[in-house]
Amino acid sequence: MAKLSRLITAVLRLAVAGAAAAAAIIMVTSHETTSFFGIEMEAKYSYTPSFIFFVVAFAVGFAYSLLVILVRPGSTASRLVLLSDVVVGMLLAGAVAATGAIADVGKNGNEHAGWLPICPQVRAYCVHVEGALIAGFVSLLIHFLSIMYSLHAVAEPLCCSH
Amino acid sequence: MDLEHGSKTKLPAAPAAATPACQCNNKLLQLGDRLVAVQPVVLRAAAALATAVAAAVMALNTQSYTAVVAIIGTKPLMQTFTAKFRYTPAFVYFVIVNAIAGTYNLLVLIIRRLILQRRTGGLVVHMLDMVIMALLATGAATAASMAELGKKGNLHARWNPICDKFGSFCSRGGIAIVSSLIGVALMLALNLLSAAANAHRPNVVGQ
Repeated sequence: MAKLSRLITAVLRLAVAGAAAAAAIIMVTSHETTSFFGIEMEAKYSYTPSFIFFVVAFAVGFAYSLLVILVRPGSTASRLVLLSDVVVGMLLAGAVAATGAIADVGKNGNEHAGWLPICPQVRAYCVHVEGALIAGFVSLLIHFLSIMYSLHAVAEPLCCSH
Repeated sequence: MDLEHGSKTKLPAAPAAATPACQCNNKLLQLGDRLVAVQPVVLRAAAALATAVAAAVMALNTQSYTAVVAIIGTKPLMQTFTAKFRYTPAFVYFVIVNAIAGTYNLLVLIIRRLILQRRTGGLVVHMLDMVIMALLATGAATAASMAELGKKGNLHARWNPICDKFGSFCSRGGIAIVSSLIGVALMLALNLLSAAANAHRPNVVGQ
């Protein structure tokens, strides 16, 4: 039973790592240059601090998920893992939220601030960022699933063995 | 040692031969027990206050100024520019999430005695704490990213910063975001306390 739960945890964490890596890589490779009424417009992820935060946060999530597979369940380190799981989940959620806000402004603009939407001009860049956001959401979802699983399956042997 | 009963133990009458050091230790232990019992309540009250303040400050955040846009003949044409929180979806989400968190913390404070009598009640509160903390973190993150955009703009997208025109709107928004982040930190501390309490006591009754 312990082996099965360890296997399921490892599979969940690998899925999180894969989705996080996909999100970071898709965001990093988003780049488009276009000409708009004679004005050169270049769109790149590094021009927006929120997108840079997105890339860094998901890189951290990727590395963390891979490292956590090596922790033995039932040791004191696994209790620390439960705590840091929640913290890393909050980090990923914050990254997705910040990127979502900027992406919404880019897609719909903000007429009260005089900000025009840029998606009609850089169509492929917009689609790229949307893809990165979707991968980020999937990674976040599986991460919270793995937290719930850890709390349910791993914490019980911890509590009852005392 | 139970959290609920720790504060109720009375100091037994010290025998005449008791050393002052022994009395001091007992008093310190009693004080420690009382602090431990009251910690979750204080933390939760502070978190409720912080999130309620954040929601209120952002919801009442509005600023307008009138400027001359054109001059027709000799008559200047004035227009009022307004900045309100509900013009930005990110700030609307921020207000909603902080209101939810503040109401939740207040509710848990009020019906604390009822819920925490059973172990499942404590676990449900712990789960909801985590969910609401994650929601708060997303709200604060999205509002902060919009605030950064409003302050610095984005040259590449031709988005001009608005903070130079709406100074007090920006600073009030900043205060609201900082208050919400303090609420997140307090709820994280609450979470850690709940996790420690639930993990070490399998048969705990009350918290």
